Amino acid sequence: MQIRVIPGSSAAIYRQIADQIRRLVAAGELAIGDPLPSVRALAKELVINPNTVAKAYAELVRDGVLETQAGRGAFVAKRRNVYSKAERLRRLDEAIESAISVSLTLDFTSEEILERMRTKLEKLDL
Amino acid sequence: MSDTDVIRTQRLTRYFGGKAVVREVDFAVPRGSIVGLLGLNGAGKTTTIRMLLGLLEPTRGSCQVLGTDSRELTPEIRSRIGHTVEGHFLYPWMRVRECERFGRETNSHWDGAFFERTVRRFGIDSAAKVSWLSRGQRAGVSIASTLAGQPELLILDDPALGLDPVSRRALNESILEFCESGERSVLLSSHLLDDVERVADRVTLMVDGLMVVNTGLDDFRQRVAAWTVDVSHQPPFGGSVRTPVPIPRLVNCRPLGDRWQITVVDPDEDTSAALAAIDSRSTEPVEVTFDDAVLAYLSRSRVYYSFFAERTP
Repeated sequence: MQIRVIPGSSAAIYRQIADQIRRLVAAGELAIGDPLPSVRALAKELVINPNTVAKAYAELVRDGVLETQAGRGAFVAKRRNVYSKAERLRRLDEAIESAISVSLTLDFTSEEILERMRTKLEKLDL
Repeated sequence: MSDTDVIRTQRLTRYFGGKAVVREVDFAVPRGSIVGLLGLNGAGKTTTIRMLLGLLEPTRGSCQVLGTDSRELTPEIRSRIGHTVEGHFLYPWMRVRECERFGRETNSHWDGAFFERTVRRFGIDSAAKVSWLSRGQRAGVSIASTLAGQPELLILDDPALGLDPVSRRALNESILEFCESGERSVLLSSHLLDDVERVADRVTLMVDGLMVVNTGLDDFRQRVAAWTVDVSHQPPFGGSVRTPVPIPRLVNCRPLGDRWQITVVDPDEDTSAALAAIDSRSTEPVEVTFDDAVLAYLSRSRVYYSFFAERTP
């Protein structure tokens, strides 16, 4: 597991850590039950205040991405659906909006974009 | 005073001649925290630190360190406070291992292993003479000597001044290792915002002798917001933006290319209304980095001369 933090960016350091762990879990690079480094070890590796790592882990536990076992540290939790309905909708809108704005700058019509999207979804056979 | 605070000040004020260098400063350093102290040169950081260490009398107000008024610090209490001075003074004729022995003989709680680990981080050979060392390495020996004495409270006045990237990283690692137990506290004055963002959990900010920010680092980030406006179609207005409704809790307004960036604290409906009243072609929220938020405050004192708010007719 490789996590990097960049001070001076628009996302707070705890947010950068939480987002990267979410991505690693979503991409399957971290599997259910995998242990995470201890707060102290990760803070040491990244040269940051341990409270920052603790804050990121706490948020991930609250959202169901991680679970803690007393005395053993944090692990990737079983449940995959880690967002609330509202949060899922927000993220979906964000993804669609950016796809739409890129598509429109490429001079496609609404019909073309929708058609293309439908084809892609059908291919996935969900 | 709460037992959990290792530093506490009450309306701490210091004049030099007729000039107030530190004005009515109230703040505390909770035990176990790393507090960043930010501000431009001359903002009053070093004067505040010198009063905390009992090296300078407050003109008014008071400060307590480890529960004792700074004017009455005993040698025993002083031995529990570690501090480094700007420039990191060391005896040039000593070898690094003699600095270690010197520290061992003058400190009752000396941790030799910590000293060794720290100088190694800075890439220092313990047989080297202090006069042979680079600036960063001298800082390393000074930091190692201060931290190995295992003080309860560490006060660092711009320790990263002039350090190379390797020494900066070594400094951050050393501060974090020193605080690992959660019982020790640090007041860290610095100009390096990236380093403060990494190691500190609280941030204080001084402007012209006043402490204008004192809160958790994430809270500070969250409460500061910014927008850009486009007023390039308007005739110039005293070098600033025409704001028909004064913007509440405005921190700073500065030019950003063709646009202006407006930074405020705790935005609410009044902020939106004031922004909407500006004759701007487009008004867009911008993401605020820790640097942006600090810089907006640091340039604040200059804003009064360049920023004009128009009264509502």
